[in-house]
Amino acid sequence: MAEVTVLAATGNMMVAEAFRQAAPDVIAAYPITPQTAIVENYAKYVAEGRVHTEFVAVESEHSALSACVGASAAGARVVTATSSQGLALMYEELHIAAGMRLPIIMANANRALSAPINIHGDHSDVMGGRDSGWIILFAETAQEAYDNSIIAFRVAEHPAVQLPVMTTLDGFITTHAMERCELLDDGTVEAYVGKRRPQNPLIGGAAPVGHGMFASLGGTYFELKQAQRRAVCGSAPHILTEGQKWAAVCGRDFDFIDSFACDDADYILVVLGSAAGNARVVAKELRAAGIKAGVAKIRVFRPFPASELRDVLQGAKAVGILDRSDSFGAPYAPVGLDVRTALYDLDTRIPTRNYVYGLGGADVTLDAMRQAFSELQSLAAGHLDQGLSYLGTR
Amino acid sequence: MGQLTEIRWHARAGQGAVTASKLLAETALMKGSYIQSMPEYGPERTGAPLRAYSRISSEPIEVHNNIVNPDVVVVLDETLLPIVDVLEGIKPEGTLVINSAKNRDEIRELVDAGDDIKVAVVDASRIALDTIRRDIPNTPVVGALAHITHIVSVDDLKENLIKTFGKKFAREIIDANLESVDRAVGEVQVA
Repeated sequence: MAEVTVLAATGNMMVAEAFRQAAPDVIAAYPITPQTAIVENYAKYVAEGRVHTEFVAVESEHSALSACVGASAAGARVVTATSSQGLALMYEELHIAAGMRLPIIMANANRALSAPINIHGDHSDVMGGRDSGWIILFAETAQEAYDNSIIAFRVAEHPAVQLPVMTTLDGFITTHAMERCELLDDGTVEAYVGKRRPQNPLIGGAAPVGHGMFASLGGTYFELKQAQRRAVCGSAPHILTEGQKWAAVCGRDFDFIDSFACDDADYILVVLGSAAGNARVVAKELRAAGIKAGVAKIRVFRPFPASELRDVLQGAKAVGILDRSDSFGAPYAPVGLDVRTALYDLDTRIPTRNYVYGLGGADVTLDAMRQAFSELQSLAAGHLDQGLSYLGTR
Repeated sequence: MGQLTEIRWHARAGQGAVTASKLLAETALMKGSYIQSMPEYGPERTGAPLRAYSRISSEPIEVHNNIVNPDVVVVLDETLLPIVDVLEGIKPEGTLVINSAKNRDEIRELVDAGDDIKVAVVDASRIALDTIRRDIPNTPVVGALAHITHIVSVDDLKENLIKTFGKKFAREIIDANLESVDRAVGEVQVA
């Protein structure tokens, strides 16, 4: 039986604990607000001899992920953590890690991108890595950040997956808020995550191999990209299986989408990350007033759970899509684009509105959620057009 | 959401507001409550005005946002009063706990507290200087807060102080902190 310790902890503390319990061979990381405490805590575990992990101090995030790529290709279990400009600086290696099919685990403290400079929480940084071939998980709470971070190892290192996983939590809102959390004992986590069994390691394999070789015209580049799409999409059933195995251990549900009261809902808000609870609180308020409101929180963003989302949303009269980032010049913001694409495959048209909210850590008030639900009612009644608007700007 | 208490802290960076909010939250957690404790971070300069928020509830806490209608406001530094409207949005019959050497009537006037607002004044800086020998008013302020509001009991607060401070501080520092709590409980004036 798993032993559970109840504690007051921040998201950063819980991610550092999850990493410690998974006992990686290598961590290479560079500090950046609001992720710093993950790396700081981990450095302390190394200094105290609580982990056997090799801590590689690097001079930038570009080097951090480069070191991770090398170590992971060598056959090691590898973790890192970053945020915002740091993730942006890793852009090159994001694609290399995924293209080389390296099961690196990276925590990202979701934060706004410059300019202007802003250290607070939004999803602009993650969306820059959206198409890079990483599996991307979003956490609502410190607890979920812990659970996602543990599940990430089983998923990334699964023989049929072999892909990097980004386990994300909202900057400050989740990284720095202290909440009631449950930490499972080391033995239970160790038993769940197991050991990495690299398939073609650079070191210690049966035969010498090369990774990330030249594959230009006449080579296999095109086919390998096709294989990569298959791999990312094909990881979905393994994410579900491994997530549900962890759910059985910890007693907390796991699914691609965490839906609240969506079964008979007329108006549903789709959301990623820490604002989900705010939407649920208002949905409960509306339910009590006889309005059928629901909330669909996407926990697995890549691969995008399009068919599962269609099942959740198909009965709705109007759907609101909350985006904590924008895709300037695109018809909709990132989550809006994906959700509307998913809905296009339904026989009936569900009207949507896309709301960009909380950029640069702007406070997500309950009034903003009330406004969104209220607009969905107008939309369903034909009094409002579809489209995109910014929610809660002054 | 069952029994929910929302607390907003006003302080200057370096005065221990974050530690105070954590101390309160951890004490409540120890007694089985759900908690949330979050600083509102800006550019981190010692002395800059900052806010922190705590939620304590008998049920899981789902919201993640700033507290705009607090049940309780705690002010660790009275020099903030001319520049921050500390009572902004406070709920009717809310409570203000403030670290000040002034008397409660002066404070009432300074913050323009409505008749329904309970004002508790404690000279936590002096208590901290007398006991802990440094102007870190957070522990005595939390002592006064516990005594006035019963969000946590003073005994549970002291038990948690012994537990958490016991890991990193010498016995005399823990004793000084416990004494600062007792002093605050004895000296806080309420109006």
